[in-house]
Amino acid sequence: MAVIAEPVAAEIKRSSLWSRAFESRNFLGAMFMVPAIAILILFLAYPLLLGLWLGMTDTKIGGVGRYIGFANFVSLAKDSVFWLSVFNTIFYTVAASVVKFAIGLYLALLLNERLPFKSMIRAIVLLPFVVPTVLSAIAFWWIYDSQFSIISWVLIKAGLITRYIDFLGDPWNARWSVVVANIWRGVPFVAITLLAGLQTISPSLYEAANLDGATNLQRFRHITLPMLSPIIAVVMTFSVLMTFTDFQLIYTITRGGPINATHLMATLSFQRAITGGNLGEGAAISNAMIPFLVAAILLSFFGLQRSRWQQGGRD
Amino acid sequence: MSSVQIRDVRKSFGNFEVLHGVSIPIEDGQFVVLVGPSGCGKSTLLRMLAGLENITSGTISIGDRVVNNIQPKERDIAMVFQNYALYPHMTVGENMGFSLKLRNAGSDEINKRVKRAAEILALTPLLERYPRQLSGGQRQRVAMGRAIVRDPQVFLFDEPLSNLDAKLRVAMRTEIKELHQRLKTTTVYVTHDQIEAMTMADKIVVMHDGIVEQMGTPLELYDKPENQFVAGFIGSPAMNFLKGHVRVNGVATFEGPNGVKLPLKNAPANSDGKPVVYGVRPEHFTIADDGADAEIVVVEPTGSETQVFAKVGGEQVVAVFRERHTFKPGDKVKLKPDPSLVHLFDEATGKRM
Repeated sequence: MAVIAEPVAAEIKRSSLWSRAFESRNFLGAMFMVPAIAILILFLAYPLLLGLWLGMTDTKIGGVGRYIGFANFVSLAKDSVFWLSVFNTIFYTVAASVVKFAIGLYLALLLNERLPFKSMIRAIVLLPFVVPTVLSAIAFWWIYDSQFSIISWVLIKAGLITRYIDFLGDPWNARWSVVVANIWRGVPFVAITLLAGLQTISPSLYEAANLDGATNLQRFRHITLPMLSPIIAVVMTFSVLMTFTDFQLIYTITRGGPINATHLMATLSFQRAITGGNLGEGAAISNAMIPFLVAAILLSFFGLQRSRWQQGGRD
Repeated sequence: MSSVQIRDVRKSFGNFEVLHGVSIPIEDGQFVVLVGPSGCGKSTLLRMLAGLENITSGTISIGDRVVNNIQPKERDIAMVFQNYALYPHMTVGENMGFSLKLRNAGSDEINKRVKRAAEILALTPLLERYPRQLSGGQRQRVAMGRAIVRDPQVFLFDEPLSNLDAKLRVAMRTEIKELHQRLKTTTVYVTHDQIEAMTMADKIVVMHDGIVEQMGTPLELYDKPENQFVAGFIGSPAMNFLKGHVRVNGVATFEGPNGVKLPLKNAPANSDGKPVVYGVRPEHFTIADDGADAEIVVVEPTGSETQVFAKVGGEQVVAVFRERHTFKPGDKVKLKPDPSLVHLFDEATGKRM
């Protein structure tokens, strides 16, 4: 044995530092993590930090900015347009999310029943999600057009109204119009995800509840809702985050108008930074979204914490 | 408690009929086991009794009431599911009290009845736990507790022990039987395991391909199976079958494959030369000098008994001996069935002769 072992040991001694490194678990582990870390730093950490930094400078397009501390935020605090955009964003998010949840849950429950042409209906429900956002936004733009709106045309032909509706010219009309467009686009995501959640609920639970004497409504309240609540938390977190940071729909349909009535924080940030050239101010507006997003994430973090009944193990 | 009458019940899924006219009378307080291989329709029948499947034709009555068009919750039955179907988001106590809560029973009443059921099933220390925190056997007991709390007319069990390990299954078998002796509630129990059926039932209903093959007490089915299917289904290891003919010249004998001669107590009338199937249970073989020649193939000792696989006339048979033999594969022995315990079946119809 010793005769065989000796040359092997000698060979290990002779092997280079490089090849020995590749034998090490720690080194290899670090090597495998490099691509992931590089991607995270390049596309996530760097832009985020750059954004935070820009928010504290007076950088303009084409110029090098100076550090000005919180001056951008101080001026934003006195800026009524900024506060209007905060209000718009919250209104847009809350109104759209609530309706998306209600319609999405309704559709999911409907699609979970035995329906004729079920798979076809499911495919149709997904359609708004598949169309590129900008294209559907352009379609809504036409639907809301002050002269060519199909809604106004139909209502006039039906004799319900006498004048074309000014969808995008009136502040509240415009707000509700973009909310409706967002709902149309966001419902499929909510519906299909909740449907997936519904399908994980064992049918025997409903049978057991049926034998226990539950009515349809009681089955929904005591079985479906509690069993679906973890999925609801995930879906609604995503839905809220996506709605809060929405840009494409607004920018395509209203560009923030009329008189900033539909400006969201994201569109205002873009307008000030890119169109207006004040990169620093735009970044500050973007940064102002962070507390809201963190709050939403924290809310879902605590909401998502697995309820006691989901935890396994024994005590 | 109630009697249950199943009369000429049929069930079709589309054009495919799975139950072809099943009639089963169940007396008040009886423990009836529906047993049969997968796909025989036993679970479907149970679900029809529960109201979870429609009845295509025929009637099912619980007590004096035909329940064909009565909603499950109005039937006053409780069911234990194969996967238990416990509500995962409710504690053991909430699971058991759920049906009472839906009936708007007062919380005192619910607590009292849940507590009583928990005591019967030794679940009291677990009432605050969630189903996930329980072992398989405990979940099984909670499922039964949920049924007991209801105090229903009929208990339905749908293969309740098939998710448990072998040892626990035996223990739960006894527990369910004991529970039935205590509560005396009419019970319909579905299983594919003939041992469960034999050990628990007052009455066994053997089903196969959507019909009832035979109904009777466990020992009736064991001693006098009406056909070859029941004979092969009841008993473990299963009955040996050999094909051959009856020969009556002075003494009735059975002539099996390759001229093997096996004894008959007496030949049925007009059976000389008739093709028959000769059935003998493994435990009814003895080693005797006037037995048939057999060559040992495999020996499986289990401690209490020894299973011996042997070739008789080229056919493999299994014999079980309580006494200890030191057989080795390849040994030649003489196996003799007890003629008074032999079964003869018509080869064409499979019916008992």
